[in-house]
Formats: sequence, C-alpha cells, structure tokens
Amino acid sequence: MSGEAIIVYVPRDSAALAVGADRVAKAIEAEAAQRGLTIKLVRNGSRGMFWLEPLVEVATPQGRVAYGPVETDDVAGMFDAGFLQAGAHALNLGLTEEIPFLKKQERLTFARMGITDPLSLDDYEAHEGFAGLRRALTLEPQAIVQQVLDSGLRGRGGAAFPAGIKWKTVAATTAKQKYIVCNADEGDSGTYSDRMTMEGDPYMLIEGMTIAGLATGATLGYIYVRSEYPHSVAVLDAAIAAARAAGYLGASVLGSGRAFDLIVRMAAGAYVCGEETALLESLEGKRGIVRAKPPLPALQGLFGQPTVINNVITLASVPIILARGADFYKNFGMGRSRGTLPIQLAGNIKHGGLVERAFGVTLRELLFDYGGGSASGRPIKTVQVGGPLGAYVPESQWDIPFDYEAYAAVGAVLGHGGLVVHDDTADLSKLARYAMEFCAIESCGKCTPCRIGSTRGVEVIDKITRNQNRPQQVKLLRDLCDTMINGSLCAMGGMTPYPVLSALNHYPQDFGLAAPDRKAA
Amino acid sequence: MTPASPSTALPDVLAIAARHAQEPGGLMPALHAVQNACGYIPKESVTGIAEIFNLSRAEVHGVITYYHHFRSEPAGRCVVQVCRAESCQSMGADALWAHAQTKLGCSGDHGTSPDGVYTLEPVYCLGLCASSPAMVVGSEVHARITPAKFDRIVAEAGVAA
Repeated sequence: MSGEAIIVYVPRDSAALAVGADRVAKAIEAEAAQRGLTIKLVRNGSRGMFWLEPLVEVATPQGRVAYGPVETDDVAGMFDAGFLQAGAHALNLGLTEEIPFLKKQERLTFARMGITDPLSLDDYEAHEGFAGLRRALTLEPQAIVQQVLDSGLRGRGGAAFPAGIKWKTVAATTAKQKYIVCNADEGDSGTYSDRMTMEGDPYMLIEGMTIAGLATGATLGYIYVRSEYPHSVAVLDAAIAAARAAGYLGASVLGSGRAFDLIVRMAAGAYVCGEETALLESLEGKRGIVRAKPPLPALQGLFGQPTVINNVITLASVPIILARGADFYKNFGMGRSRGTLPIQLAGNIKHGGLVERAFGVTLRELLFDYGGGSASGRPIKTVQVGGPLGAYVPESQWDIPFDYEAYAAVGAVLGHGGLVVHDDTADLSKLARYAMEFCAIESCGKCTPCRIGSTRGVEVIDKITRNQNRPQQVKLLRDLCDTMINGSLCAMGGMTPYPVLSALNHYPQDFGLAAPDRKAA
Repeated sequence: MTPASPSTALPDVLAIAARHAQEPGGLMPALHAVQNACGYIPKESVTGIAEIFNLSRAEVHGVITYYHHFRSEPAGRCVVQVCRAESCQSMGADALWAHAQTKLGCSGDHGTSPDGVYTLEPVYCLGLCASSPAMVVGSEVHARITPAKFDRIVAEAGVAA
C-alpha cells in the first residue's frame, strides 16, 4: 500500500443507520487502522437499494465497487479478501453502476443520490450542483416561471397541480413579504423519497427553493419537516448553514444583490399537516386544522402573505429543469405527466428501494423487474399505490402506465409515488378498516364527513366482517364513502374512501361477499 | 427526543420557551425546545408559555394536545416506538406490536411498563418502508426487526436508560 488513501463509502441515510451503518463504518476504520492501511471514509447518501444496506463501496480506477449487505462481522473477512482493491468476496456486488436495479433507471432528480457526500458543497458543484441557480440568476423572474411551466412539472406531493401555475400566481402578487414553503411532512406509509433527498442531497432542495424565491419575489423559505425525521432536520440545518456561509443563501445570493434565506421547522406528528393549509396553520404556531379554500395559499398563505407551497420532490426537480432546460425535462414522460417520478418500492417486496423512471412505467415492471417479487416469496395479492389515501390496485390493473390521468381513470392515484406491496396473506377488510381507523386518529376534526365518517366507517366495516346485516351495511359503507368523497374539506376525508372502496370492489371475498364474476377492469 | 434533565425547574422551562418569543409562529419551536429539555411539557408551564406568546391558556393547551409528538406527562426512561403503518403491517408489524406489548409489559396504545423503564407507542411511518418493520428506541432508528432483534435492542437500551 502506498500513497493516496483509498476512498470507502458508507451511507449515512437513516435506512442505512437503521441496519447498523454506523457500526459498520466504525468497524471498517478500526480494521484499516489495525492493518496500517490508510482509507478516507465518506458518509454518502443511499443509492436507494435498501435490501443491500449497509451498502459499502470502495473507489477503484474502474469505478465504485459495492459490497452489501455488510454486517460488522463481515468486515475483517472483507479486508482479508482485499476489499480495498475490490477483491472477490461473497458480498462483492461488482461495479455499483452496473447493478441492474440502478442501471435501468432514469435518474434526473436522484442523479447524485448516494454518489456524493451530502454536506460537501464541492461534491455538489462537481455534479452539476447550482447550475440551475446560476442560470436562474441570468433570467428575469417571469422567464424562470416560464421554464417551470414549460417543463410540465406537476406537484409531486400527490395532488399533481402544475407547479408553474402556483409560481405564476405568487409572482403576480405585490406584497412586502412572500414565502416559499416546502412541504416535507412525508407521512404516507411506503414513501421515503423526501427523506432521502433531505438526508442525501440537501443542497438540491435548497437550490430549488432559492430558484422559486427568485422566480416569485419571495425572500424567505420554510421547510416543514416531520418530527419522525430528526436526521433530515440535522442534515438540513447543517446544509443551510454551509450554504449561507458560502454565499448561496443570505442577503445577496451569489453576489446577485437578491436575498433568499431558509428556516427549518419541525412538525409534531400530525399526519393531516401534510395538507397544505393545515401545514401553514402549524407553521404559524397553531393547531394544524385545515383551512377552507379560497383564499388560495398563493394569494393568502403563510401569515396571510402570498406563498408558494410545494412538496420536496417538486422543488428538488427544479434545479435540473433550469440547468438543462424545460424541453430536456419535458421529453421524459407521457401525456400530461411529464418528467420522471421517484417511485418508492416498499412493504413486502424482495428488492425494496428507490426507482426513478419517466412516467409510463407499469406496476408490473416495478414489482417484478425491479422489486423481484415479494419478500416472503408468496404471491403478491395487492399493491397500495400512493400512500394511506391511495387505492389497493389488483393484478388486473398492473399494466396501466404510471400516468396521473390513467390512474385517475380507474379510481386510483399515483400520489407521492409510494408502493406498499402485500402478499396473499393480507386481509383487505382489515386494511380497509385500518384506513378508516387511521383517518379517525388523524382527522383534524374541522369537517363532519371526515371526523364522524371515519369512526362510523370502522363500525360499519366491523359489522360487515361479523356478518351483521351484511348487504345493508355494504350499502351503508358505500353511501358513507360517497359522503366523505364529496363532502370533506380536504383529501384526508375525501380520499380515505379510495383504499376502502378499492378493497371492497376488488377483493369482496375478504368482506365475506361473493367473488366478482368478471375480471375487474 | 432524549430528555436531558427531566427535573428542569419552571423558571428555566419558561426561559427556554421565551427564546422563541420573537420568532413568527414561535410556539411550535418553543414547545419542541421545552420537550427536548424536560422530556415532556409540564402542565404547570402552560400558563407561563401562554403569557410569553400573548395567547390564552386554552390556545396553548389546544396546540399541545393536538399534536401526537407532544406529551403532557413524563414517559418511561426508554421510549419504544413501533411503526404500525401499512408498509410495516405487510411485514408483520401487528405481530411485532403484540410481541412488544408482552415483552415490555406495556398495555394500551401509549403504555408505560410498571417499573417505569419502557414506554411503548405506535408511530405511523418512519420512512424506512423498504426495510419494514421499523421502530425507534430512544433516538435510534432500527429496521428489519424480528422478535429476537427486538428483544436484543430493547434489552440493551433498557439497561442504558
């Protein structure tokens, strides 16, 4: 061994930490020291192949070589096998970039994920970081808004509202203070792309929010992060401090004379605060109760001022749109769903992780070509797409392309792109009951269909499964769902019926009803 | 998450909250700061916090009780949060929850063991859904939990608590 230290990467993403990445990193450092080998340990973000975490990489002249999943007990053996020279070992996975799960993706937003040190500004700059911001600084505000409009970017939080329209509305207002608010209250089970972004590539979010500020005339941004994500808060705080010190944030962004700064706020465990108006109430220091719209947040948002409120991934998609141009981004995707979607494979799946693909990919490809089938090895029965308010999608619909409109046409949603896979042991009446129960726990209580309907929903489903007047109760459940869909103030009550009705329609046997006599379309 | 000193005196608690008095919407950061310092938000601090923010006691009480994260009573020395959301359910979280209740001697939804060591709570998603089931013990996240792994982790944390 001579000269330069060999670079070894051990992720610092929560999902890696949760399976012992810190212990593995310590073991690698100790083992190298004991053997008199010089290494440089980098704590990178995760590549998003979570079944392989902790995924350790070593830099070689041919590229980075992966080992995983690595446990502390494996470390000595890896060094014996010449791990620093990418020696053969049972855990050696070859060149990271050649792993099919990664190689077959179209990573635009997640292009740097797992490659860079999340807090290194040099790393970020070396990988196209701040190129979008530099371009934005050469453009008039309305030209920035036009780029976002032309890119076709729609809100990635779930509602899929065109981001450029929100920006344009805020840009057109006159107010002493406007705000950019980032919704990082990623409460949907099965989703973690926001968390990965904040922990693994925080400058991308900072850059996206700064561009939004330049486009709309907002000089202050808030990032509202759920309390279940303390690691994200810590990384964001450190990244914002470093960006401010280096002149990317502050009174004069990159010496432009234009101000933008950011504040991170921690949520407190209320799911409904992921709804934009409840989030604004919470940021104002109040109970996170949904506001009636109008007024739109774009006109009267945070503290009554014009406010852009977008999801993490929406804002994080902006830098590449500015850097490469709206057309580049728009050329990915299909129909009115343009660009890419970071899809999250979760639940009972063999190869769970982050798959970024252009719109148009199908559930079947995701489940089998990427996911490798269920973790349990049993047949997959259903997939809940789009979080707790998303429909349970049966196999007959697994070939529908990922496209907002195509999913809406069958009563489903893409939401935030999370897929929760269930095998054939799942009881859909139980999952439907859980959807209502979750709504009852998390309802803000402002509107009656959600507050009362969810509790009644649990009772009615219990009566159905106990066969107390089952046919009448099924009719009652459908009526109740209809009231919730049409009468609720926000998506919490308005979409809880999606998982309930899809479970009832596609899996009636689980409710003690006759199986459908035709394949559900 | 980790209570620094559960016996913080009332004037100190109010001084912690008062640091956020000038922040727009500063009540939430103030409540987080108090809970970080004390491990919970003492009932006797509500009047003082309300005065600092020029709010009614009812408003402050309303905020504290609205959010699941804030607690008005001290928890056990070791807080165990097991995820009960859909992704973890698909990988056996219901059975894990039952195992946790038995193992820790915690009943109900927010139970503390008779010896005051463990508090067991449900949590709805930790963003570790590709490595379900997941949980938090103290301030550490853990994933791919089996009953055996659960026992080992809580035993280590319980000794340290």
